[in-house]
Amino acid sequence: MSPAVEFRAVSRHFGPVKAVDAVDLTIAEGAFFAMLGPSGSGKTTCLRLISGFEQPSYGQIRIFGEDVSAVPPHLRNVNTVFQDYALFPHMNVRDNVAYGLMVKGMGRAARHAKAEAMLDLVKLDGYGGRKPAQLSGGQRQRVALARALVGEPRVLLLDEPLGALDLKLREAMQDELKSLQRRLGITFVFVTHDQGEALSMADSLAVFHNGKIAQIGTPSQIYTQPATRFVADFVGSSNLLPPALTASLGGPPKWSSLRPEALHLAQSAAPGPALTGTVQGQRYLGLGTRVTLAVQGTEIAAFLPAGTQVPPEGAPITLTFAPAALHVIDAE
Amino acid sequence: MRSEASWPLRIAALAGLLFLHLPILLIFLYAFTTDERTFTFPPPGLTTQWFAVAWNRADIWPPLMLSLQVALFSTLLALVLGTLVAAAMSGARFFGRDQLSLLIVLPIALPGVITGIALRSAIPMLHLNFGWQTIVLGHATFCIVIVYNNAVARFRRLSGGILEASADLGANAFQTFRYILLPNLGTALLAGGMLAFALSFDEVIVTTFTAGTGAASKTLPIWMLDELIRPRQRPVTNVVAMVVFATTFLPILLAYYLTREGSETAGSGK
Repeated sequence: MSPAVEFRAVSRHFGPVKAVDAVDLTIAEGAFFAMLGPSGSGKTTCLRLISGFEQPSYGQIRIFGEDVSAVPPHLRNVNTVFQDYALFPHMNVRDNVAYGLMVKGMGRAARHAKAEAMLDLVKLDGYGGRKPAQLSGGQRQRVALARALVGEPRVLLLDEPLGALDLKLREAMQDELKSLQRRLGITFVFVTHDQGEALSMADSLAVFHNGKIAQIGTPSQIYTQPATRFVADFVGSSNLLPPALTASLGGPPKWSSLRPEALHLAQSAAPGPALTGTVQGQRYLGLGTRVTLAVQGTEIAAFLPAGTQVPPEGAPITLTFAPAALHVIDAE
Repeated sequence: MRSEASWPLRIAALAGLLFLHLPILLIFLYAFTTDERTFTFPPPGLTTQWFAVAWNRADIWPPLMLSLQVALFSTLLALVLGTLVAAAMSGARFFGRDQLSLLIVLPIALPGVITGIALRSAIPMLHLNFGWQTIVLGHATFCIVIVYNNAVARFRRLSGGILEASADLGANAFQTFRYILLPNLGTALLAGGMLAFALSFDEVIVTTFTAGTGAASKTLPIWMLDELIRPRQRPVTNVVAMVVFATTFLPILLAYYLTREGSETAGSGK
């Protein structure tokens, strides 16, 4: 079985800017795949390469095994939920959702029935007669989702789908998108700059950096075994230890990462490696306290769970961790 | 906060308004006067006979029809070309774009005599004979600008996303034009078209330079100019002026209301 989406050495250059630079990527059918990266990292361009609004400068893109180089956007069996939703302002919600069926020549009654069923699915039954301007942000998002799904695409692309929603709505939509994807079995590819969103929703994700993929893997792989310093820093804001410090903790003389929550306040006679320094600052976060300390000139952050007796600022502190938590970064 | 204008300023504003609009009211008044040779004030008597006289005058109808015909064709030409230019300009980003945009709107700022003389010398070079078609060409130079200005403003407010969304959902270029672009552009084009029609209908200067000789090239405004020199049946001109006023003012008024609405950006909004 061929993968849903396949990039073979794909580049997209805008003049001297290499927005996407020799990217190889395979997205399995039925996956919930995230493209994560800061703005300008090439993730949105990759999404537009799949939808067909951008053409690769070099390389080949395959969708279900078919080379789509010569296939314009409107003939690709791929639909997009746009970042600003891009609902048609002059049409009501029902006609918006039915638009894809209408342009393919489906009769009025049939397409309206399908549109209403799809509105049901996204919990917007009864809203068919309204205009997009009369809806809230969350409702517009659902309309955009219904409109993209009604044509039964094999791949659904989502461009920062939750970016415009407030925090509470965003969390509810994360769960809903996830369950929707499971129920429909469609391949979802979504772009986000929010690492928490990518980690919690995706089956697998690609971290983009400067037009290249820094790492592909499952959320736990990306989180616990970052392949590069960038990934370690961008995903979950890990501690980056320079080679000398890594060596002093018993590792090879290379960069390494150490998650803040892997550090524990040392008990009197705890075995294993330890970091000793002075407390520089602390921030209470409810679930625990984030403590920063200086060790050999490197700032280290530790997340100590609630209930821990945190030494005051300026006091000495010793932190221990399981040797396996120290992840050595092999790549430069 | 509302601030009160000072008394001298109010009087000046009122005087300005009267200066602009009293002559128009006078035109209407003299359409009903019983005096057919001179415009004396106050009119010696009031009558509606000039409407019947104007209706029966055979020499009014050909200029009226010609003016309508010219306005119609130059508006159609402007609608097609102006929209295309606006579509191209709003989609493009290139060096010199602002300068080119200025060049496009320049014809409306140029004095009519310049446009007129330029066309007068350019048209024979194309081996065209002066006639109603050349008047259409002349009027199209400024009608395009009107349509362009209206269309380009609407294109700017249209979020580019909805055109992409249409393609994404499977619509071909024609379907996107028909179902998405045209409905969102419609009122702007209607407004631009009506303004262009009104401008063309009462244009004199460019018309004089691009019209041929002979009665078949005499538009209604030019007929009116000629008529003022004649000593008899003067109120007929005023009756015609009222018709011109109605055919130009109503479209302008409608255009104003059409473009005033829908000020929110189409397709944006989260």
